[in-house]
Amino acid sequence: MAKAKNISEFVIERDMNKCIRCQACVRVCANDVHKYDEDTGDIISDNVMCAGCHFCEDICPTGALTIKRNPSDTRKNANWSRDYIYRIVKQASTGGILLTGMGNDRPYKNYFEHIVLNAAQVTNPSIDPLREPMELRTFIGSKPDRVICTKGKDERCFLKQHLPPLLELEVPVMFSAMSFGSISLNACKSLAKAASDAGIYWNTGEGGLHRDLYPYADRAIVQVASGRFGVNVEYLEKAAAVEIKIGQGAKPGIGGHLPGEKVSSEISLTRMIPEGSDAISPAPHHDIYSIEDLRQLIFAIKEATSYKKPVGVKIAAVHNVAPIASGIVRAGADFVTIDGIRGGTGAAPVVIRDNVGIPIEIAVAVVDQRLREEGIRNQASIIAAGGFKTSADVMKAIALGADAVYIGTAALIALGCHVCQKCYTGKCNWGIATQDPYLTRRLNPEIGAKRLSNLLRAWSLEIKEMLGGMGINAIESLRGNREQLRAVGLTETELRILGIKHAGEAW
Amino acid sequence: MKPKRILIREEYCIGCRLCEVFCITQHSPSKDIIRTYREKDTKPVSGIYFEEKGALSFAIQCRHCDEAPCVENCLTGAMHRDKETGNVLHNKDRCVGCWMCVMSCPLGVIKIDYKEKKVVSKCDLCIDREFPACVEHCPNEAIILVDGKGERIEKEKELKK
Repeated sequence: MAKAKNISEFVIERDMNKCIRCQACVRVCANDVHKYDEDTGDIISDNVMCAGCHFCEDICPTGALTIKRNPSDTRKNANWSRDYIYRIVKQASTGGILLTGMGNDRPYKNYFEHIVLNAAQVTNPSIDPLREPMELRTFIGSKPDRVICTKGKDERCFLKQHLPPLLELEVPVMFSAMSFGSISLNACKSLAKAASDAGIYWNTGEGGLHRDLYPYADRAIVQVASGRFGVNVEYLEKAAAVEIKIGQGAKPGIGGHLPGEKVSSEISLTRMIPEGSDAISPAPHHDIYSIEDLRQLIFAIKEATSYKKPVGVKIAAVHNVAPIASGIVRAGADFVTIDGIRGGTGAAPVVIRDNVGIPIEIAVAVVDQRLREEGIRNQASIIAAGGFKTSADVMKAIALGADAVYIGTAALIALGCHVCQKCYTGKCNWGIATQDPYLTRRLNPEIGAKRLSNLLRAWSLEIKEMLGGMGINAIESLRGNREQLRAVGLTETELRILGIKHAGEAW
Repeated sequence: MKPKRILIREEYCIGCRLCEVFCITQHSPSKDIIRTYREKDTKPVSGIYFEEKGALSFAIQCRHCDEAPCVENCLTGAMHRDKETGNVLHNKDRCVGCWMCVMSCPLGVIKIDYKEKKVVSKCDLCIDREFPACVEHCPNEAIILVDGKGERIEKEKELKK
């Protein structure tokens, strides 16, 4: 008998002394894990179905539930871990590509965790951000090579040239592209409202702009991706900026697929596709096979928006990222978004998510270096994305050369996500990655927006503290300031690529 | 003075029925959730009613109507309006169990006790509590407290977790 039964990844422990049998867990689980037996009054939990989202644990009024990773283990084997064994078991029974959600969960080296920040001591004073002004304002877009001014009669300066359009951020953090379709409308509303309140930008992803989100459109970066879903004149005109999506960190080289059952009337309206039809974003843009083709699209969009909005390009961080980014800047993009290997997704093949791409720290460093060497760094902003967990990561990315960062997973965690990686099932208990009307209502956008605003506020306070400690009073002074970084435990090659010194080396 | 009211926002109700759990706990002698459910004899009846059809669900409790038919139809004055708060309250000692209030309530949010032949449960907006228990514990703010003018009253700001 080679047939394996289903494996439970989690074990649900119910403290019977605490369980009051209110059945809240039974009612809320979208995976039907908990079942109430009318006759005996018992609640039985089926471990196999559990996705490990911790929603029931959170909702249980007495704290009777604990979700644990299944301790049942296979024989200790450095090569064949339980994870890999059960992947094969699954594939042997289904014959399909294994899907997953969220970002890379493999233990690749996280360079942020090997980089430390500087602080001012004696020879330069540190600054107390609670007493002195601290500037986090960031401008995204193309900046002129030089500023030419003329003096007016009253000695006031006037700008002589036309400045390209810029996006103004209060905090150098934005919300990554997450489409309506991959996440619920309530999740989109939470992101949009929080971005508007905090003075940053959110990104529509390739899901179009729902009418309910029009009030927040002036804070929206809209995407034009390979499927061109939801792209129309109004979409481009309402937005603050346009981003051409070439690739995504979680699945470089792979397209997208929103299954037909998720394409509700609202999504069909927003994406402009028939209800119930699969929304397939091809892997490549079928009209972009070179930098020249990309330039055509960039300028087509600039033309369509009367050169009033920045137009950027998003790519996944791959081996050739620096030359590609250079090409993108030369093609006329106002910002380049680079999505690292830890970037998240709603659905991707496990092998692609876990094995394709390069870490964002390295990608940002090499792209910034390349653009500086070519003297075109001012022509475009660099936005880093993929795996930003703390405000310190944001600081380090900015010191490595990014202008701002995109957060996706971190934002979803603020909305309740517990990174169970089951986004692709459409049964998100937290009401985020689902279109099921039973589940989407669980995310109250008022609460969501508040929590996201709290997160942004907390990060901006932390960034100010760290900047103050360095004796810097504006985030602009940290940008590309790699002297503020030192590495701990990196090799010569890594230091050279990151362009930073090892801890212990003075200026 | 118009009383405080509980406003229902059915678009956010997730159907967990925790409002019921906390209503029952609040009106129990011990006010301890586990003891309340364990001591079956003293476990009160919920004053909040959960309705569900398809994806739509909401919890409804006494609306404390401006012109309350239950108060008008009460023979003994057991169902009365509190002078200070304007809430519609029920005095069990005066109740004779005629159930006219139950008959006249347009929303059906008054429950009867067949044993004692009295009214057993009706939302009292948690008079002995600053903030109604159901509103405080609703995980998705699907029920909120509003003042006479319809403006939201929020509990002291506290960061959840």
